[in-house]
Amino acid sequence: MHEMGIVLHLAKTLDETAAQEKLTRIGKVVLQVGEVSGIMTDLFTDAWDYFKGRHPVLKDSELVLEQIPAVTYCDNCKGTYETVKYGKECPFCHSGETWLLKGNECIIKEIEAE
Amino acid sequence: MKIIELGASVTASNDRDAALLRQRLRAQGILLVNVMSAAGSGKTTLLSRIIRDMESTRFAVLEADIASDVDAKTIEALGAKAVQVHTGGMCHMDAGMTAAAFDALDTTDIDIAFLENVGNLICPAEYDTGASLKLMILSVPEGDDKPLKYPLMFAESDILVISKIDALPYFNFDVEKCTARAKKLNPAIKVFPVSAKTGEGMAALEAELHKAQCAIRNS
Repeated sequence: MHEMGIVLHLAKTLDETAAQEKLTRIGKVVLQVGEVSGIMTDLFTDAWDYFKGRHPVLKDSELVLEQIPAVTYCDNCKGTYETVKYGKECPFCHSGETWLLKGNECIIKEIEAE
Repeated sequence: MKIIELGASVTASNDRDAALLRQRLRAQGILLVNVMSAAGSGKTTLLSRIIRDMESTRFAVLEADIASDVDAKTIEALGAKAVQVHTGGMCHMDAGMTAAAFDALDTTDIDIAFLENVGNLICPAEYDTGASLKLMILSVPEGDDKPLKYPLMFAESDILVISKIDALPYFNFDVEKCTARAKKLNPAIKVFPVSAKTGEGMAALEAELHKAQCAIRNS
């Protein structure tokens, strides 16, 4: 369900971009997806393939997903580490006072269009 | 084909819709409060209490259609307007759906509108609905560790209501610890421990809502 919501917003944003830039056809859509954004990439692609048929400008589009690795910052020792490997606890000083620096985003990097 | 660099968030169109709705509601003097919580946190009881207590304020409640636990009849019996918002099966409310709900509502006599978002602590935090105030509810039985598990929700909210404090003697819920965890994520968050059942702490929360409503009306 979460993927469907994001796909709907993506389609809307691209429709608006197409209208603004007077585009008739969008090809490749490069999306940067954070490693811990909670987006299931296979579900996302399925949802996209279903919805793109409803938007004329998107019907031949192809979604390319690039992953942004998740990085956590430790407030105690000021170090950073891989979120997925170590989770909430800092592997250096074992503090739990840690915050996600990046890896939660979903950004449209670029599109191919004419 | 040419390449267009966008670098825009996927939700950029929603952010624009949200800004438009916020402007429109501000012009009408309506404070829209985005109410977010897990299912079972006591939303109906809390909103009913606020509507009853704040007698001179005119309320509306917009409810999302999945996982909604606010009883429309209970709300209407208190003299507030209630309207159903269709999310089309989605796990959160967005600005477009919220604006559509306002289109279906007579907005001439509303001071405060509560948007009852879909009941979970994850997706609703990611979408701007056009609300001027984001209020989240965490009930005592859910546990004081929730800021650690759902950081975005706490980071995004303006107000944290800790509900059901009348149940504190029966749970290992540390209000101070929870407040400290929430403030660490969001130093500006205002925390209101309340019991809608006994009324404890309600006056402070209602004063805050009143203040926010005045700020919108006078802007």
